[in-house]
Amino acid sequence: MGGDAGRRNLSIPELQELSKDCRKHIVKMIHNAGAGHPGGSLSAIDIIAALYGTRLRFKTSDPDWEDRDRFVMSKGHASPAVYSILHEMGFLNENDLSTFRALGSVCQGHVDMKWTDGVDFSAGSLGMGLSFGLGCALAARMDSSSRETWVMVGDGEIQEGQIWEALMAADFHSVSGLKLIVDRNRIQNDDFVNVQMEVGDVASKIEAFGWSVREINGHDMEEIVEALEWASNENSGPSAIVAHTVKGKGVSFMEDNPSFHGKAPNDQELERALEELS
Amino acid sequence: MSAPSTGGASRDGYGSALLRLSADPRVVVLEADLGKSTKSCLFRAEHPERTVSLGIAEQNMMLVAAGMASSGKVPFASTFAIFTERAFEQVRNGISRPGLAVHICGSHGGIHTGTDGSSAQSIEDLAIYRTIPGLTVITPCDDLSAEELTVQLLDHGNASYTRTARNKTPRMYDSETVKSLEIGKGSLLREGGDIAIVACGVMVSEAMEAAELLEGEGISARVIDMHTIKPLDSGILDDARVNCRGIVTAEDHSVIGGLGSAVAEYLATKGGFPLRMVGVNDRFGESGASSELMRHMGLTRNEIIAQAREIINSV
Ligand SMILES: Cc1ncc(C[n+]2csc(CCOP(=O)(O)OP(=O)(O)O)c2C)c(N)n1
Repeated sequence: MGGDAGRRNLSIPELQELSKDCRKHIVKMIHNAGAGHPGGSLSAIDIIAALYGTRLRFKTSDPDWEDRDRFVMSKGHASPAVYSILHEMGFLNENDLSTFRALGSVCQGHVDMKWTDGVDFSAGSLGMGLSFGLGCALAARMDSSSRETWVMVGDGEIQEGQIWEALMAADFHSVSGLKLIVDRNRIQNDDFVNVQMEVGDVASKIEAFGWSVREINGHDMEEIVEALEWASNENSGPSAIVAHTVKGKGVSFMEDNPSFHGKAPNDQELERALEELS
Repeated sequence: MSAPSTGGASRDGYGSALLRLSADPRVVVLEADLGKSTKSCLFRAEHPERTVSLGIAEQNMMLVAAGMASSGKVPFASTFAIFTERAFEQVRNGISRPGLAVHICGSHGGIHTGTDGSSAQSIEDLAIYRTIPGLTVITPCDDLSAEELTVQLLDHGNASYTRTARNKTPRMYDSETVKSLEIGKGSLLREGGDIAIVACGVMVSEAMEAAELLEGEGISARVIDMHTIKPLDSGILDDARVNCRGIVTAEDHSVIGGLGSAVAEYLATKGGFPLRMVGVNDRFGESGASSELMRHMGLTRNEIIAQAREIINSV
């Protein structure tokens, strides 16, 4: 594989720097749009930075390169996390980020493959991405391609039955090219998951569906990188990482705070957030 | 046109088409435990490595198909028409919105399905799929046209929904005439200058019988096989508006939202035109033998004739 198609192999400090920059983009983007989902973007961004910084093989110059690894962001409301990394990887420019949610913007409210180079799935309706990823992984296997498909879902999202249909099917078809990451931030839209409908021991449940599973601290960069490498090399069937995270991670007043699931920071809040992230 | 011969059911045509399409390695088939019914089993028998069984899980199937389409495959996913409806939002958000060319086939469409009863009789599929931007909606009338239209989907480029029927229907085409079919173009099966009967699916043969009987009463009726509900062939309707006195639509589907509605919407934008609809009148079906049930629900040549007469007597 030539050009920019190889893995990026960023170091731990580089990844930490990368996710910090992404966090700043996230809060700025959402503040600027006056709407968006900071909580689930900030909980996921360390993992996403590590994924793009160490695992995914793609070409910025050729976003549709058919043998690229796929990243299916199933919890599509966390789009600012995706746009921030796509910006850092050279798919989007600063101006694109500033148009987030505006009419005609390449940065649609929820990630959309039809609108944005580098986006592999059109999300927004929760519960569909793992099935889509399964389709991508099955196609890769039929093509005898080693490309990988990584899917990220939220812990509230797995209340959708379709997720469990896909878990069952991926095991039955023994699709080892499919890798799942669960952002276990314990909060969903209205409230904490254990108030809305607790999903319990997610790792055991997914394991019971036949997957290889690991649990990690989703903000410990070394643990993340190591787990991604493990999943990447897992060839006996589909593999999953249950990442224990903090919703709103990095901005004190957003952390563990259900009210920042889908609310933009105001001017003062943005200032405070950027101070904390500097 | 020569006298109709008896062929298979339109679902048999779908199965034959998949076999013809299998020559293209991009073609993959997805099943939800009804492959024997939809006839995708014919493809499975020859190409198990390109057939994906997803169990009784239609929502998952639709998105797996979308993922495969995004990776260069041409997926054909089928189940009963009614069970595709469970995954309506998946079709809308996961397939059509990103513009992925997944081809869905819903078999056992309509009241014609028969004794299984109302839970299996989809009478709203055409209506709901017609509302999705960019989704082509097809309902062939016999096995040969189902085969031809399905084969044409290979390079169609956008997503489609095809409704097929469970039971055998008379053939409206032969191996030669079927080649003139084109997705999005209505097919004129019989000339006539008083009434245009615009029919789809299993009601096309009833329309042909009705036209024959109307002829005996001195009413000349043309018959259009409107196999594609969307995009709707407005040209063939314009010709009917100019040359006929009224239109009767006929479909094995609710009169709300299907072929009749599509035609009515078009005619209204043209200032209106005499129109009567034969279809399911806002009620569920029930168990019964197919032909008996079709009579019970008013899905017959007699109903088409009655509506045609009404137009002639009122305009
Ligand atoms: C099918 C569906 N139902 C409801 C919503 C509205 N919604 C958007 S985000 C959200 C909560 C998601 O929670 P979770 O999956 O835990 O995501 P995270 O906490 O990581 O943001 C809901 C209910 C949706 N987008 N899709």
